[in-house]
Amino acid sequence: MMQLAFVWLEHSWLGIAVNESKWAFAALEAGHLLSLAMLGGAVLLVDLRILGWGLKEEPIRKLARAAQPWLIAGLAGMIVTGVPLLASLAGSKYYGNEAFRLKMYFLAAALLFTFTIRQRFALREGSPVGALQAKMIAVTSVLLWSGVGIMGRGIGFY
Amino acid sequence: MGVILDICRYLEATSISVGIRESTWTYPIIESVHVLSLTLFMGLLLLWDLRLLGVSMRGFAVSRIWARLFPWIGVGAVLMIASGLLLFWSDPVRFYGNVFFRIKFIGLVLALLNALAFHFGIERRLPDWDTALVPPRAARFAGGASLLLWTLIIVAGRFVAYNWFKPLV
Repeated sequence: MMQLAFVWLEHSWLGIAVNESKWAFAALEAGHLLSLAMLGGAVLLVDLRILGWGLKEEPIRKLARAAQPWLIAGLAGMIVTGVPLLASLAGSKYYGNEAFRLKMYFLAAALLFTFTIRQRFALREGSPVGALQAKMIAVTSVLLWSGVGIMGRGIGFY
Repeated sequence: MGVILDICRYLEATSISVGIRESTWTYPIIESVHVLSLTLFMGLLLLWDLRLLGVSMRGFAVSRIWARLFPWIGVGAVLMIASGLLLFWSDPVRFYGNVFFRIKFIGLVLALLNALAFHFGIERRLPDWDTALVPPRAARFAGGASLLLWTLIIVAGRFVAYNWFKPLV
Protein backbone atom coordinates (compact mmCIF):
# COMPACT_ATOMS: atom_id res chain seq x y z
CA MET A 1 0.00 0.00 0.00
CA MET A 2 2.67 2.46 1.10
CA GLN A 3 4.94 1.24 -1.65
CA LEU A 4 2.18 1.88 -4.19
CA ALA A 5 1.82 5.45 -2.93
CA PHE A 6 5.58 6.01 -3.30
CA VAL A 7 5.61 4.59 -6.82
CA TRP A 8 2.58 6.71 -7.71
CA LEU A 9 4.31 9.82 -6.34
CA GLU A 10 7.33 9.24 -8.55
CA HIS A 11 5.08 9.03 -11.60
CA SER A 12 2.98 12.05 -10.62
CA TRP A 13 3.45 15.34 -12.46
CA LEU A 14 5.67 16.56 -9.58
CA GLY A 15 8.06 13.62 -9.73
CA ILE A 16 8.19 13.78 -13.52
CA ALA A 17 8.80 17.53 -13.53
CA VAL A 18 11.81 17.23 -11.21
CA ASN A 19 13.23 14.31 -13.16
CA GLU A 20 12.88 16.01 -16.52
CA SER A 21 14.83 19.08 -15.43
CA LYS A 22 18.60 19.08 -15.31
CA TRP A 23 18.78 21.65 -12.52
CA ALA A 24 15.66 21.12 -10.45
CA PHE A 25 16.97 18.43 -8.10
CA ALA A 26 20.16 20.34 -7.29
CA ALA A 27 18.32 23.65 -6.90
CA LEU A 28 15.79 22.03 -4.55
CA GLU A 29 18.66 20.52 -2.54
CA ALA A 30 20.22 23.97 -2.19
CA GLY A 31 16.88 25.41 -1.06
CA HIS A 32 16.54 22.51 1.38
CA LEU A 33 19.95 23.43 2.88
CA LEU A 34 19.08 27.13 3.16
CA SER A 35 15.83 26.22 4.93
CA LEU A 36 17.79 23.87 7.18
CA ALA A 37 19.94 26.79 8.28
CA MET A 38 16.90 28.87 9.14
CA LEU A 39 15.09 26.06 10.96
CA GLY A 40 18.26 25.03 12.80
CA GLY A 41 19.06 28.60 13.80
CA ALA A 42 15.57 29.19 15.17
CA VAL A 43 15.65 25.91 17.13
CA LEU A 44 19.17 26.41 18.50
CA LEU A 45 18.58 30.03 19.51
CA VAL A 46 15.89 28.94 21.96
CA ASP A 47 17.42 25.61 23.02
CA LEU A 48 20.75 27.27 23.86
CA ARG A 49 18.86 29.87 25.86
CA ILE A 50 16.95 27.19 27.79
CA LEU A 51 20.30 25.57 28.64
CA GLY A 52 21.45 28.92 30.04
CA TRP A 53 23.72 29.72 27.08
CA GLY A 54 23.51 32.20 24.23
CA LEU A 55 21.09 35.09 24.76
CA LYS A 56 20.86 34.46 28.48
CA GLU A 57 19.73 37.97 29.43
CA GLU A 58 16.54 37.68 27.40
CA PRO A 59 13.41 36.03 28.80
CA ILE A 60 12.82 32.60 27.20
CA ARG A 61 9.25 33.51 26.34
CA LYS A 62 10.24 36.67 24.49
CA LEU A 63 12.97 34.86 22.60
CA ALA A 64 10.76 31.89 21.71
CA ARG A 65 8.14 34.28 20.35
CA ALA A 66 10.74 36.08 18.23
CA ALA A 67 12.12 32.77 16.93
CA GLN A 68 8.74 31.19 16.16
CA PRO A 69 8.08 32.84 12.73
CA TRP A 70 11.57 31.79 11.55
CA LEU A 71 11.05 28.26 12.82
CA ILE A 72 7.80 28.06 10.87
CA ALA A 73 9.38 29.67 7.80
CA GLY A 74 12.33 27.26 7.93
CA LEU A 75 9.99 24.31 8.34
CA ALA A 76 7.80 25.50 5.45
CA GLY A 77 10.92 25.83 3.28
CA MET A 78 12.04 22.32 4.23
CA ILE A 79 8.66 20.86 3.26
CA VAL A 80 8.23 22.86 0.06
CA THR A 81 11.68 21.75 -1.17
CA GLY A 82 11.60 18.31 0.46
CA VAL A 83 8.36 17.01 -1.06
CA PRO A 84 9.48 17.41 -4.72
CA LEU A 85 12.87 15.89 -3.81
CA LEU A 86 11.01 12.94 -2.33
CA ALA A 87 8.64 12.71 -5.29
CA SER A 88 11.43 12.50 -7.86
CA LEU A 89 12.84 9.25 -6.44
CA ALA A 90 10.02 8.08 -4.17
CA GLY A 91 9.54 4.57 -5.52
CA SER A 92 12.98 3.81 -6.90
CA LYS A 93 15.08 5.11 -4.02
CA TYR A 94 13.38 6.46 -0.90
CA TYR A 95 10.83 3.72 -0.27
CA GLY A 96 13.45 1.10 0.42
CA ASN A 97 15.95 3.51 2.00
CA GLU A 98 16.47 2.79 5.70
CA ALA A 99 17.94 6.25 6.39
CA PHE A 100 14.91 7.93 4.81
CA ARG A 101 12.55 5.82 6.92
CA LEU A 102 14.44 6.72 10.10
CA LYS A 103 14.49 10.38 9.08
CA MET A 104 10.68 10.37 8.84
CA TYR A 105 10.39 8.78 12.30
CA PHE A 106 12.74 11.37 13.76
CA LEU A 107 10.85 14.13 11.94
CA ALA A 108 7.49 13.00 13.32
CA ALA A 109 8.93 12.84 16.84
CA ALA A 110 10.69 16.21 16.50
CA LEU A 111 7.57 17.97 15.21
CA LEU A 112 5.36 16.45 17.89
CA PHE A 113 7.82 17.34 20.64
CA THR A 114 8.49 20.87 19.34
CA PHE A 115 4.85 21.89 19.03
CA THR A 116 3.65 20.31 22.26
CA ILE A 117 6.05 19.93 25.19
CA ARG A 118 8.78 22.35 24.04
CA GLN A 119 6.39 25.05 22.88
CA ARG A 120 4.31 24.87 26.03
CA PHE A 121 7.46 25.20 28.11
CA ALA A 122 9.06 28.01 26.06
CA LEU A 123 5.98 30.20 25.83
CA ARG A 124 4.97 29.82 29.48
CA GLU A 125 5.40 32.76 31.81
CA GLY A 126 8.34 32.38 34.17
CA SER A 127 9.56 28.96 33.08
CA PRO A 128 12.28 27.70 35.41
CA VAL A 129 15.63 28.00 33.65
CA GLY A 130 18.47 25.68 34.54
CA ALA A 131 16.12 23.17 36.14
CA LEU A 132 16.64 19.57 35.10
CA GLN A 133 13.29 19.51 33.34
CA ALA A 134 14.23 22.55 31.26
CA LYS A 135 17.59 21.10 30.29
CA MET A 136 16.01 17.81 29.27
CA ILE A 137 13.58 19.62 27.00
CA ALA A 138 16.37 21.52 25.22
CA VAL A 139 18.61 18.44 24.92
CA THR A 140 15.73 16.30 23.60
CA SER A 141 14.90 18.96 21.01
CA VAL A 142 18.51 19.17 19.78
CA LEU A 143 18.85 15.37 19.67
CA LEU A 144 15.59 14.82 17.77
CA TRP A 145 16.37 17.48 15.16
CA SER A 146 19.96 16.23 14.86
CA GLY A 147 18.51 12.78 14.17
CA VAL A 148 16.47 14.25 11.32
CA GLY A 149 19.56 15.96 9.89
CA ILE A 150 21.93 13.01 10.25
CA MET A 151 19.47 10.58 8.70
CA GLY A 152 18.78 13.10 5.95
CA ARG A 153 22.46 13.24 5.10
CA GLY A 154 22.55 9.45 5.41
CA ILE A 155 19.99 8.95 2.62
CA GLY A 156 22.63 9.77 0.04
CA PHE A 157 25.11 7.26 1.45
CA TYR A 158 22.73 4.40 2.11
CA MET B 1 47.96 29.11 -12.00
CA GLY B 2 50.31 26.15 -12.20
CA VAL B 3 51.48 26.67 -8.63
CA ILE B 4 48.02 26.11 -7.14
CA LEU B 5 47.58 22.98 -9.23
CA ASP B 6 50.97 21.72 -8.06
CA ILE B 7 49.96 22.28 -4.45
CA CYS B 8 46.66 20.45 -5.06
CA ARG B 9 48.51 17.53 -6.63
CA TYR B 10 50.91 17.43 -3.70
CA LEU B 11 48.00 17.44 -1.20
CA GLU B 12 46.23 14.72 -3.13
CA ALA B 13 49.20 12.40 -2.67
CA THR B 14 49.44 12.88 1.11
CA SER B 15 48.40 10.00 3.34
CA ILE B 16 45.57 12.04 4.93
CA SER B 17 44.03 12.72 1.54
CA VAL B 18 44.32 9.09 0.49
CA GLY B 19 42.98 7.96 3.87
CA ILE B 20 39.81 10.08 3.66
CA ARG B 21 39.23 9.09 0.03
CA GLU B 22 39.62 5.39 0.61
CA SER B 23 37.76 5.03 3.90
CA THR B 24 34.08 4.10 3.73
CA TRP B 25 32.93 6.20 6.66
CA THR B 26 35.36 9.11 7.06
CA TYR B 27 34.05 11.17 4.15
CA PRO B 28 30.34 10.78 5.03
CA ILE B 29 31.07 11.64 8.68
CA ILE B 30 33.07 14.78 7.81
CA GLU B 31 30.39 15.81 5.33
CA SER B 32 27.67 15.33 7.96
CA VAL B 33 29.61 17.53 10.39
CA HIS B 34 29.91 20.14 7.62
CA VAL B 35 26.15 20.08 6.96
CA LEU B 36 25.01 19.97 10.58
CA SER B 37 27.36 22.79 11.60
CA LEU B 38 25.48 24.87 9.06
CA THR B 39 22.63 25.14 11.59
CA LEU B 40 24.93 26.60 14.23
CA PHE B 41 26.95 28.85 11.96
CA MET B 42 24.57 29.84 9.17
CA GLY B 43 21.40 29.52 11.25
CA LEU B 44 22.50 31.94 13.94
CA LEU B 45 24.25 34.23 11.44
CA LEU B 46 21.08 34.29 9.34
CA LEU B 47 19.02 35.45 12.32
CA TRP B 48 21.69 38.04 13.11
CA ASP B 49 21.75 39.33 9.51
CA LEU B 50 17.96 39.59 9.64
CA ARG B 51 18.34 41.54 12.88
CA LEU B 52 20.74 43.95 11.14
CA LEU B 53 18.07 44.38 8.47
CA GLY B 54 15.57 45.20 11.22
CA VAL B 55 13.45 42.16 10.33
CA SER B 56 14.06 39.64 13.13
CA MET B 57 14.32 39.99 16.92
CA ARG B 58 13.25 43.61 16.86
CA GLY B 59 13.26 45.07 20.34
CA PHE B 60 16.34 43.03 21.34
CA ALA B 61 19.40 45.22 21.98
CA VAL B 62 21.82 44.54 19.12
CA SER B 63 25.01 45.04 21.13
CA ARG B 64 23.92 42.40 23.66
CA ILE B 65 22.65 39.92 21.06
CA TRP B 66 25.90 40.17 19.15
CA ALA B 67 28.02 39.68 22.27
CA ARG B 68 26.06 36.50 23.07
CA LEU B 69 25.68 35.10 19.55
CA PHE B 70 29.22 35.73 18.35
CA PRO B 71 30.90 32.91 20.35
CA TRP B 72 28.39 30.37 19.02
CA ILE B 73 28.68 31.60 15.45
CA GLY B 74 32.45 31.38 16.00
CA VAL B 75 32.21 27.74 17.15
CA GLY B 76 30.08 27.02 14.09
CA ALA B 77 32.63 28.74 11.84
CA VAL B 78 35.50 26.69 13.29
CA LEU B 79 33.54 23.46 12.66
CA MET B 80 32.65 24.54 9.12
CA ILE B 81 36.25 25.48 8.29
CA ALA B 82 37.83 22.38 9.86
CA SER B 83 35.41 19.96 8.16
CA GLY B 84 35.54 21.96 4.93
CA LEU B 85 39.34 21.86 4.77
CA LEU B 86 39.31 18.09 5.31
CA LEU B 87 36.72 17.65 2.54
CA PHE B 88 38.88 19.74 0.23
CA TRP B 89 41.99 17.82 1.24
CA SER B 90 40.36 14.52 0.25
CA ASP B 91 40.13 15.49 -3.42
CA PRO B 92 41.92 18.82 -4.00
CA VAL B 93 42.48 18.59 -7.76
CA ARG B 94 38.82 17.83 -8.47
CA PHE B 95 37.63 20.69 -6.25
CA TYR B 96 40.14 23.12 -7.74
CA GLY B 97 38.87 22.31 -11.20
CA ASN B 98 35.19 22.59 -10.27
CA VAL B 99 33.58 25.84 -11.42
CA PHE B 100 31.13 25.93 -8.49
CA PHE B 101 33.94 25.44 -6.01
CA ARG B 102 35.63 28.53 -7.46
CA ILE B 103 32.40 30.50 -7.21
CA LYS B 104 32.06 29.35 -3.60
CA PHE B 105 35.64 30.41 -2.89
CA ILE B 106 35.10 33.89 -4.34
CA GLY B 107 31.92 34.16 -2.26
CA LEU B 108 33.86 33.20 0.87
CA VAL B 109 36.50 35.87 0.20
CA LEU B 110 33.79 38.51 -0.28
CA ALA B 111 31.94 37.34 2.87
CA LEU B 112 35.19 37.61 4.81
CA LEU B 113 35.73 41.17 3.55
CA ASN B 114 32.16 42.01 4.55
CA ALA B 115 32.79 40.53 8.01
CA LEU B 116 35.97 42.61 8.39
CA ALA B 117 34.14 45.77 7.35
CA PHE B 118 31.47 44.93 9.92
CA HIS B 119 34.08 44.32 12.61
CA PHE B 120 35.98 47.56 12.09
CA GLY B 121 32.94 49.75 11.57
CA ILE B 122 29.38 48.75 12.36
CA GLU B 123 30.24 46.46 15.28
CA ARG B 124 31.77 49.34 17.26
CA ARG B 125 28.70 51.49 16.86
CA LEU B 126 26.14 48.81 17.80
CA PRO B 127 25.48 50.30 21.28
CA ASP B 128 24.51 53.62 19.62
CA TRP B 129 21.32 52.17 18.11
CA ASP B 130 20.58 49.15 20.30
CA THR B 131 16.82 49.04 19.92
CA ALA B 132 16.24 51.71 17.26
CA LEU B 133 13.23 50.83 15.12
CA VAL B 134 15.18 51.17 11.86
CA PRO B 135 18.86 50.08 11.90
CA PRO B 136 21.38 52.47 10.29
CA ARG B 137 21.85 52.16 6.53
CA ALA B 138 25.36 50.68 6.88
CA ALA B 139 24.10 47.95 9.21
CA ARG B 140 21.26 47.07 6.85
CA PHE B 141 23.69 46.97 3.95
CA ALA B 142 26.11 44.66 5.80
CA GLY B 143 23.25 42.35 6.84
CA GLY B 144 21.84 42.19 3.32
CA ALA B 145 25.26 41.62 1.75
CA SER B 146 25.99 38.83 4.22
CA LEU B 147 22.65 37.13 3.49
CA LEU B 148 23.20 37.27 -0.28
CA LEU B 149 26.82 36.10 -0.11
CA TRP B 150 26.11 33.18 2.22
CA THR B 151 23.15 32.13 0.10
CA LEU B 152 25.47 32.11 -2.92
CA ILE B 153 28.08 30.13 -0.96
CA ILE B 154 25.58 27.49 0.15
CA VAL B 155 24.03 27.11 -3.30
CA ALA B 156 27.43 26.93 -5.01
CA GLY B 157 28.62 24.53 -2.30
CA ARG B 158 25.75 22.15 -2.97
CA PHE B 159 26.34 22.38 -6.73
CA VAL B 160 29.99 21.34 -6.33
CA ALA B 161 28.72 17.77 -6.18
CA TYR B 162 27.47 17.96 -9.77
CA ASN B 163 29.71 17.75 -12.82
CA TRP B 164 27.60 19.68 -15.29
CA PHE B 165 30.66 21.44 -16.61
CA LYS B 166 34.00 20.23 -17.85
CA PRO B 167 36.69 20.45 -15.11
CA LEU B 168 38.81 23.59 -15.45
CA VAL B 169 42.05 21.72 -14.74
